[in-house]
Amino acid sequence: MQWEIVIGLEVHAQLSTQSKIFSGSSTAYGAAPNTQASVIDLALPGVLPVLNKGAVERAIKLGLSVGAKINSPSIFARKNYFYPDLPKGYQISQYELPVVQGGNIQIQVDGAEKNVRLTRAHLEEDAGKSLHEDFHGMSGIDLNRAGTPLLEIVSEPDMRSSAEAVAYAKTLHALVRWIGICDGNMQEGSFRCDANVSVRPRGTEKLGTRCEIKNLNSFRFLEKAIDYEARRQIEILEDGGSIRQETRLYDANKDETRTMRTKEDANDYRYFPDPDLLPLEIPQSWIDQIKQTLPELPQARRDRYISAFALSAYDASVLTSSREMADYFDATLKQLPAQAKLCANWIMGEISGQLNKEGIEMTACPITPSQLAELLARIHDGTISGKAAKTVFESMWNGELDKNVDAIIEAKGLKQISDDSAIEKLVDQVLAANAQQVADYRNGKEKAFNSLIGQIMKATQGKANPAQVNAMLKKKLDG
Amino acid sequence: MTLSVSDVKRVADLAYIEIDEDEAKETLIQLSGIFNLIETMQAVDTSTVEPMSHAQSVVQRLREDAVTETDQRELYQSIAPQVEAGLYLVPQVIE
Repeated sequence: MQWEIVIGLEVHAQLSTQSKIFSGSSTAYGAAPNTQASVIDLALPGVLPVLNKGAVERAIKLGLSVGAKINSPSIFARKNYFYPDLPKGYQISQYELPVVQGGNIQIQVDGAEKNVRLTRAHLEEDAGKSLHEDFHGMSGIDLNRAGTPLLEIVSEPDMRSSAEAVAYAKTLHALVRWIGICDGNMQEGSFRCDANVSVRPRGTEKLGTRCEIKNLNSFRFLEKAIDYEARRQIEILEDGGSIRQETRLYDANKDETRTMRTKEDANDYRYFPDPDLLPLEIPQSWIDQIKQTLPELPQARRDRYISAFALSAYDASVLTSSREMADYFDATLKQLPAQAKLCANWIMGEISGQLNKEGIEMTACPITPSQLAELLARIHDGTISGKAAKTVFESMWNGELDKNVDAIIEAKGLKQISDDSAIEKLVDQVLAANAQQVADYRNGKEKAFNSLIGQIMKATQGKANPAQVNAMLKKKLDG
Repeated sequence: MTLSVSDVKRVADLAYIEIDEDEAKETLIQLSGIFNLIETMQAVDTSTVEPMSHAQSVVQRLREDAVTETDQRELYQSIAPQVEAGLYLVPQVIE
């Protein structure tokens, strides 16, 4: 039987606010335990939560970016369960009327575009952290993370492969960073995925029983966990078994998922509206104001790169994979208009390559867009060859000389010989000295041509303009 | 909706409240009374009334996003039963 995999994702994005969602404690990562946990985060009796405007603003930004409805009023609810890192005995979340309702995200998989619908995105607080190392048979609780604002972004079950799920997660990851609502740091847990996976016979409509895989904190694990889980479910069904609805954990070391809890012992969270928090009203004027601050979105920019600069869909996608890269491209192109493809190639090639190699961010790139534009202008006007440009690039990257492109070209003697008469002279000299190869070529040995080119380039230490040498040599030999 | 003793026990279990058989039966009577009250209210036609999520018709005030709290760990931990290395210690929990 042919099986179809059905995937929906729940993403927890930690919002990039200074303070917590309901208290004035700092959200900075890595502080000493419990130094950022106030009476509200500790849930001492008599305290009241006060909602952080910055958290709501970020949720609205996401909603506007995905074309969702912004609910007003929006309601906060208590999700009740017991765990020591949740001192209130409930998590403040949203149930009915989340801030963000609906919306769409376009993803690209294997060159094809696909739409993934969003169900909702709601605000909630994070829990603290339990440390199970041995404290004389006890657990240690750090509440620094308790109350950190999260936006839980829930998709419809619209994805049909692990590749689509990863493309969706990556697109969403790029988007939250692009609009500046989440730093996207997956190692620090700022962007965590849960995957709902089920399978059904291809061609049928009814959804199979799903399993939820929790806390996937890398795109690679997301892909592997879904692949494993789909295989597991298909094997059970093909053996005549049935799937039990449950929550599972992915074990990266063993590359498998295992049961965390079954539906029978799943918590009944007994949601109800939190009486400590009043309905959140979001006036249209506030939404309009936030709309003004939104940057041009990745999708729009990608479309613009394709239509205005004739870049391929692939190039446009890579360039808009982060706002920093797209901004870098725009700034370079501004200095060198009409050379979009040349700029794109160098940013996607040399610049990205070096950044990856050294593990640094675009914002820390040692070469500024205008410096890159200066270099590319020298390729474009024929002063240097593409190959020589790479040498200059290396010098610029390593901070050699004063990074003045022309000075580096001069100092390294990389200037290309583009003067026709000079090239003609060179070609004549080489032809005169290699009569045998000239004869070979005229007798049909194509290879002799390349050998002659090689000799000319060698005689000029690679500085002769290759296109001109090529044309000149052809003219002399064939003409 | 009719409530059973096992419903009461389930809710008590979820809320971490320990009750014995007699208490469960007594609670069932009280809760059923409340349910009857709700049923009576539900008989009222509210189709033209907008639902409220809060008893007062006021809206949530928002706080500017700024850090206003300072580190008072020492003070807060002075009333904790057990602390170590800055952590609050609790009976071991591993799910």
